[in-house]
Amino acid sequence: MRGRLHHLAMGGIVTLALCLGVAWLSASPTWQTVPENMALLRLSFTHSGDRSASCRNRTPEELAKLPPNMRATQVCDRRRPPIYVELEVDDTLIYAAESTPSGLAGSGPSRLYERFLLPAGVHVLRVRMRDSPASEVFGYEATRKVDLKPGQSFVIDFRKDSGFVFN
Amino acid sequence: MTGIRTTLKRGFDRVERPLDRLFGPDWNPLANLGPLGWYMFWIVTATGIYLFIFFDTGVVKAYQSVKWLSETHWFHAGVARSLHRYASDLLVVLMLVHLVREWAFDRYRGRRWFSWITGVPVIWFVYMSGITGYWLVWDKLAQYVALTTTELLDALPFFAEPIARNFLTPESLSSRFFTLMVFLHIAIPLLLLLLMWIHIQRITSARTKPPRGLAVLTLAALVAASLAMPAVLQGPADLSTFPTRVGLDWFILGLYPVIDLVPPSVIWTGALLITFLLFGLPWLPRRKEAEAAQVFLDFCNGCTRCEADCPYTAITMVPRSDGAPFPQEAKVDPDKCVACGICMGSCPSSTPFRRSGPLITGIDLPGRPLEALRAEVIAVAADLSGPGRVMTIACEHGAAGAPEKGRVILPCVAMAPPSLFDFILSRDLADGVCIAGCAERECYNRLGRRWTEDRIARTRDPLLRARVPRERLLTVWAGPSERAHLARERHAFSERVAAMEPMPGKRTLDPGESGMADGDAVTEENAK
Repeated sequence: MRGRLHHLAMGGIVTLALCLGVAWLSASPTWQTVPENMALLRLSFTHSGDRSASCRNRTPEELAKLPPNMRATQVCDRRRPPIYVELEVDDTLIYAAESTPSGLAGSGPSRLYERFLLPAGVHVLRVRMRDSPASEVFGYEATRKVDLKPGQSFVIDFRKDSGFVFN
Repeated sequence: MTGIRTTLKRGFDRVERPLDRLFGPDWNPLANLGPLGWYMFWIVTATGIYLFIFFDTGVVKAYQSVKWLSETHWFHAGVARSLHRYASDLLVVLMLVHLVREWAFDRYRGRRWFSWITGVPVIWFVYMSGITGYWLVWDKLAQYVALTTTELLDALPFFAEPIARNFLTPESLSSRFFTLMVFLHIAIPLLLLLLMWIHIQRITSARTKPPRGLAVLTLAALVAASLAMPAVLQGPADLSTFPTRVGLDWFILGLYPVIDLVPPSVIWTGALLITFLLFGLPWLPRRKEAEAAQVFLDFCNGCTRCEADCPYTAITMVPRSDGAPFPQEAKVDPDKCVACGICMGSCPSSTPFRRSGPLITGIDLPGRPLEALRAEVIAVAADLSGPGRVMTIACEHGAAGAPEKGRVILPCVAMAPPSLFDFILSRDLADGVCIAGCAERECYNRLGRRWTEDRIARTRDPLLRARVPRERLLTVWAGPSERAHLARERHAFSERVAAMEPMPGKRTLDPGESGMADGDAVTEENAK
């Protein structure tokens, strides 16, 4: 019995020390996820490439060969073209890439999620996108001057009807 | 690899010895890692169910409910939350130490591969359970974890829409997401429980409960730590900002800083490589194991003792196949048998006294049959001389695992039937027998120490015969680093034995009892 009391006391001290150590390590030391005075910029949106360039009208002969209920005049590639996106910060190009369409057949929209760390302060953001291979012109473009606070999360999204959205 | 393993094994032995003194061998936490892991799981489950009563799923309500239970109701729900977290952390510690210890003790390969392999997914599920739990609090740490995890997951080509888009702005996150997370945080631990159950399927009498005293100590310490250092809450998540500094749970989220610094492809490749390496370890290299135990039906009456004593569920009783008037016979599954010999020690036919014919027992080890063991004991006795002759029956995993004069080394001391000790003493092969097994805290073959003690105490079949003087048997349970302790005990025992009156009724061997020539024939027969 006396031995057990000894084990309870000594074992208890060791176990308590272990549990306190576990409790401390469950929240300490802290981790600096990004350097001080930085802000997070995320460029993320979903958009389908314009596949109209690949469309053509069927000839009358082709249409005649089809069942009556399938005689759509226009036929397009199932696969969508990739979209091309560029992002400039203070006139410096920091991102330029093609985003391929999703889906096994490449028929889904292109999806983009990119993150950048920027020093806090005033920046000019310029983003543009080309969604058709038929043109060298950027169909969508927007510029915004922003004052980023340290630790701020800033997002550039896109809506087809209103273009780029800055949050 | 063997060198690292041996060093680690000795390291564990050296750390565990002082813990034996502090806790007592039966409460030693390092010898109870599995049972403690189960215990932590149940503490986490119980506190989780309790917390769920107060938890509210919602973008705003989640944090508010956790803040309410942590601050306003700190004395019950707050303590439960801290217990939930610290027991989860302790579970991670126990699991990882258990993993390293089983590797160091070489209990992960050969026929013990199953427990190792089924333990690997347990690691993944423990981490997934913990990570999904951190999301639910929806404080700044949760925000960091959610964002980092989803960005890591999005690197895999499985998700149509980037999951991280859910965390772009405050408006993009819906309360439904929390309902999904609650579901995951319940479903993943349930699958974890299933995996833990599978993990222990190939061992007999699996210990899933720690000794009561150790359980009380651990729970009391966890409660005390919960009261002294309550689990912190790191301010409400705000998706318009990004947490630049977080108090990280280094047990469950210890990999997150690496995720921050290394590309996702490297993280996934590393995680997969480590997982495959863990899966492949039992075959890198594969252990050459002794041949599995073999049943000899002419000497098996289906008494079930071997089935009851096998630590690895390798023996089952099946209907009699030879027409003998017994309902059952023992059957060995060679894929599960580790050739520890405990079944041989449990068989009532394992008596070295037999004089007629070859010495065959009901269940024998082809690589180390009882006949050969008897011959070895007789040969070792020839090395003993003078007063206080002590023969050591040793476990190869304990302090007496290295060859030495007067020592017979076995895979497990429970391989020696009690009649062997009787044989040694009554045939004047030695004046005393030292049974030197593994450290008391834990038997390498799980149940060998327990069965040996019970047999000697005459509480478990096969019993030590009443005519064997108990004082002529010494049991020493000592690990590989306790050789000096063993030598001291053995020396003192030798002096005690030398001072005893001669043992009544002892006599020298009959010619038929040594049976060396016959033994060779039996070994050959067994090999066939």
